[in-house]
Amino acid sequence: MSGPSAPLRPWVWLGIPALMAMAATLVAAIPLRFLGLRLPEPVIPMVLAFAWPIIRPSLLGPFALLLVGLFLDLFWNGPLGFWAFALLSVYSITFLIRNLIAGQAVRVLFACYGGLSLAVFLIAYLRLAIRSDAPPDLVPITINAICTLALFPIAHHLIERFEDADIRFR
Amino acid sequence: MSFRDGPFQDLKVPLALAGAAAAVIALILAVFLFIQDQKASSHAVISSAVRTKFDQTLEPISAGAAAPIRWMSEAAGYVASYIGAVEENQRLKHEVAQVQKLRDQVTALQNLNRRYESMLGLRTEPPLPTVAARVVSDVHGPYSQARLLDVGAEKGVAVGNPVISEHGVIGRIVGTARGVARVLLLTDPESRTPVLVNATNARAILTGDGGGDPRLLYLRGRNPVKEGDVILTSGDGGLYPRGLPVGVAVKDLFGLWRVRLYSDQAPLDFVEVVRYEDFSQLGTSQALEAHQLPPLSPSEQAQLKATLSARSAAPPASLPKPAPTLAKPNAKPPTKGPAVPPAPSPAPSLTPAPAPTP
Repeated sequence: MSGPSAPLRPWVWLGIPALMAMAATLVAAIPLRFLGLRLPEPVIPMVLAFAWPIIRPSLLGPFALLLVGLFLDLFWNGPLGFWAFALLSVYSITFLIRNLIAGQAVRVLFACYGGLSLAVFLIAYLRLAIRSDAPPDLVPITINAICTLALFPIAHHLIERFEDADIRFR
Repeated sequence: MSFRDGPFQDLKVPLALAGAAAAVIALILAVFLFIQDQKASSHAVISSAVRTKFDQTLEPISAGAAAPIRWMSEAAGYVASYIGAVEENQRLKHEVAQVQKLRDQVTALQNLNRRYESMLGLRTEPPLPTVAARVVSDVHGPYSQARLLDVGAEKGVAVGNPVISEHGVIGRIVGTARGVARVLLLTDPESRTPVLVNATNARAILTGDGGGDPRLLYLRGRNPVKEGDVILTSGDGGLYPRGLPVGVAVKDLFGLWRVRLYSDQAPLDFVEVVRYEDFSQLGTSQALEAHQLPPLSPSEQAQLKATLSARSAAPPASLPKPAPTLAKPNAKPPTKGPAVPPAPSPAPSLTPAPAPTP
């Protein structure tokens, strides 16, 4: 079945974005310096954690996000499960409020995305401070948070692209 | 009839509930994994099969992704060096003239130092084997600072091995597998490195915080460090060999002491893994006991003969005390080993490491 009435295939809205997020994370870790500066390394899968629950409820979405979070944990050499938990928390909260924010103005979506992202960064900061017995430097965390917030247009594009792709969820 | 009035109108609620249930199950799984990971010791976690397999899988992918950038960077470097060749040549000639003078001084000091070490029976550190490696991945987020290297257990790289660049220490190995190793950088928030201030011999712990310049914590004494002091690894605890160059001390805006790392001067491309594990590598007891004095020069032999003849002529009470002469750096050792009193402790100044120019 094809055409506008075809059901949205999970591979299209879950698989490809997840792979692209992981690939982008890999690319951001290339040992490259330009004018003494390294590539920014934002939490790219945050885009998925925010966009997926707004697009539609899914059985596969949370587990795909769990895998992406575990990838981040392994890639960044962090404790296994931390980023999976953080991303799934954003997913769950967005899922709970999706009826309130779906179809709202862009600035409302951005406020939600920003608020949830900052909450995750705060939790990550506190976890690290407790674990390492010393407060981490705020400057790189702020840069990281700003870079992650700057990814909102991608999340918005995903929502715009797939929100109405399946007529059952209009 | 509109679509919402059709047979699919009830589909949304069950799927929403199922989606919520899936999210809860995934969350529980994540929490379970996190708790399990926190329970295990860090070494057990790092060397776990999952991380090992992940790093092994990731290494060729990261190397492939980095290859085009590396080629472009090398090409740009080649062009830049070709354009500035004349200027660079002049600068290098000037540097070579300066370095030649330093080389002669270093050779003389090394010779003197070897003799002192041999006479005192100091436990000197033999050269450690190293393994060259290429950086294939550069994780530099605020929560983790790590590198992936393209060498691993097959080359003898082991967990705990220090990693250095041509400028200084960059970190240590925290995980190895076949063909790949993971380096925890000095800047990682969980990195702790025992260091010393070269000028004052004061000890401190270099503590990463995710930023570029790690902090110096647990400094003791009055004015133990000042701006520009060279920081070296202290070797305390056996994590690193003593004397590896780390960086220079700087004060940040809040008055905290930090270290500007030597290794931060240039992008990390090629590094060396020092196959150092602990103190037991430094030498066996037999090797330490079998130290030999270097041969005496003709003038020293003449001086020795004169001393011995004077001793045989004079009463024993009037023998000169040899100890003070050894304290002077430029004094020649008058007698062989048995006449030298044992040093109370290995003097740090006897085994200095050459500090590179920052």
